[in-house]
Amino acid sequence: MFEEGAIINELFIERLNYLIYVVLLLIGLHAMISKNNLMKKLIGMSIFQTAIILFYVSVGVKEGASIPIYLPEHDPHGSHVSLGAGNETEEASHGPVVLEAGLIKKYANPLPHVLMLTAIVVGVATLGLALALCQRIYQGYGTIEEDEILAKIEREEMRAHPSVAVKSMESSKTATSKVKKPATKSKESSTLSAKRAKSNPKTKAKTAPSTSQLKSSRSKSASSQPKTSASKSSSAMAKPATSKPKTKAKTTARPKSASTAKKTAPSKAKPRTPKK
Amino acid sequence: MKKISLIPVLLVGALLVYAAQDFPEWGSPNSPASQSPVSSHFIANTGVDTEVPNMVTAVLADYRGFDTMFETVVVFIAGMAVLAILKNSSKKKAGSKEFEVDVEPDLIVTNTVRLLIPVIQIFAFYVLAHGHVSPGGGFQGGVVMGASFILIALSWDLDTALARFPADRCTLVAGLGIVLYAGIGLLSMFLGGEFLDYAELAQIFPVSREMARYHAMLGVEIGVGLTVTAIMFSLYANLSTEGRLKGGL
Repeated sequence: MFEEGAIINELFIERLNYLIYVVLLLIGLHAMISKNNLMKKLIGMSIFQTAIILFYVSVGVKEGASIPIYLPEHDPHGSHVSLGAGNETEEASHGPVVLEAGLIKKYANPLPHVLMLTAIVVGVATLGLALALCQRIYQGYGTIEEDEILAKIEREEMRAHPSVAVKSMESSKTATSKVKKPATKSKESSTLSAKRAKSNPKTKAKTAPSTSQLKSSRSKSASSQPKTSASKSSSAMAKPATSKPKTKAKTTARPKSASTAKKTAPSKAKPRTPKK
Repeated sequence: MKKISLIPVLLVGALLVYAAQDFPEWGSPNSPASQSPVSSHFIANTGVDTEVPNMVTAVLADYRGFDTMFETVVVFIAGMAVLAILKNSSKKKAGSKEFEVDVEPDLIVTNTVRLLIPVIQIFAFYVLAHGHVSPGGGFQGGVVMGASFILIALSWDLDTALARFPADRCTLVAGLGIVLYAGIGLLSMFLGGEFLDYAELAQIFPVSREMARYHAMLGVEIGVGLTVTAIMFSLYANLSTEGRLKGGL
């Protein structure tokens, strides 16, 4: 029963349509989960949708069946056909009849076609809505990369609630100290929280050359080697990010020369609030 | 992240492939979907009930009319939501971000499109009106019709297309389509039947109950076609200009 040949035969020859739909569905699902770009997520969603449509259509197929439109001999207005054909057959002369069970097999299943017909059009409309949302997000945040949007939202929250931000910064500092060491060893721990944590030492590393007096900050910049590992993903964000830290560096870096990480955190958050 | 996401994806894939072994073979007439009494009833009785040769149209507009109506409403809501999201969203940057193209529309392209547009639009009406007897219907005809306006916008510019089909009228036409659909349903309700029970329309039109369903389906499809046409063009106009409805591609 479980011979290799049998299963391969079943999957690749008799049920190839299901295999294709599974593969398409997985491509779409993987794109939706793993891609950071919202546009790529939408492409994944469309591929997923196509897989479902393929599944429904392949369920509706009947071997040797016609499309679900009545043939002339079963046409409810069959009399017209008989006039056109010239020779009056029995079936064509009388009006609509209920088809017998044998004749039902001659027509493909109309139900999957109906469901997919509306699904395609509704899919286009909802895809348009999703694209509009993407445009709006791009106008608001200047990016459609999911991790960069999350980082920007976090920064906005820090700006809005500095007192809350201190606590979150402290907690994130402890998180960075944990994250940094493995990150320098293995560049692959690029989960979302790690990326956010990396973005903080990165900004500091940029302020360090402008002040160029802190050994501690140098050690920080030395420890912030993950910058290179994170630079691949956040290089697009680096341009808007660099302009802000430079202005920040002038205001914040002077009073605190060799402060600890905890003290710089509130000072970092505070000077922004009067600006707003 | 990518490697972590592979785990659930492959898990789902394994489950689906495992389930696929029990699925019916390709094209088997004995598959559960083909054997089900519902689809058998549709195939056997569509001709008697509605006199419509195209079963897909009959199921779409009559047997599952309630479903189709709200799918049209979904299309309408999606179009309105795009309007609401993008309207006035890029006013601030309007001065700095101008995509104004000074190039004249290409002579060959515009003249070819000038010849094509009437054919496309007549084909759209054909697909819409012959949805009963041949493949087609309101959704398909509406999409073809909307594509013709998008073609105008692509070959000239969006302003030319909007001069022929203004954005306000898009909203109006889209709403009108749903009102037409729901109106036919309500009319049949006021005549003593249930909502979307088109057979009752035979009381006011000089046709049999079956032919009343036949013709009411055409009305319903026209409503769907109006909504889809307007929303398709409105989606393009809004998305290509970030809601400014000026300039564009």
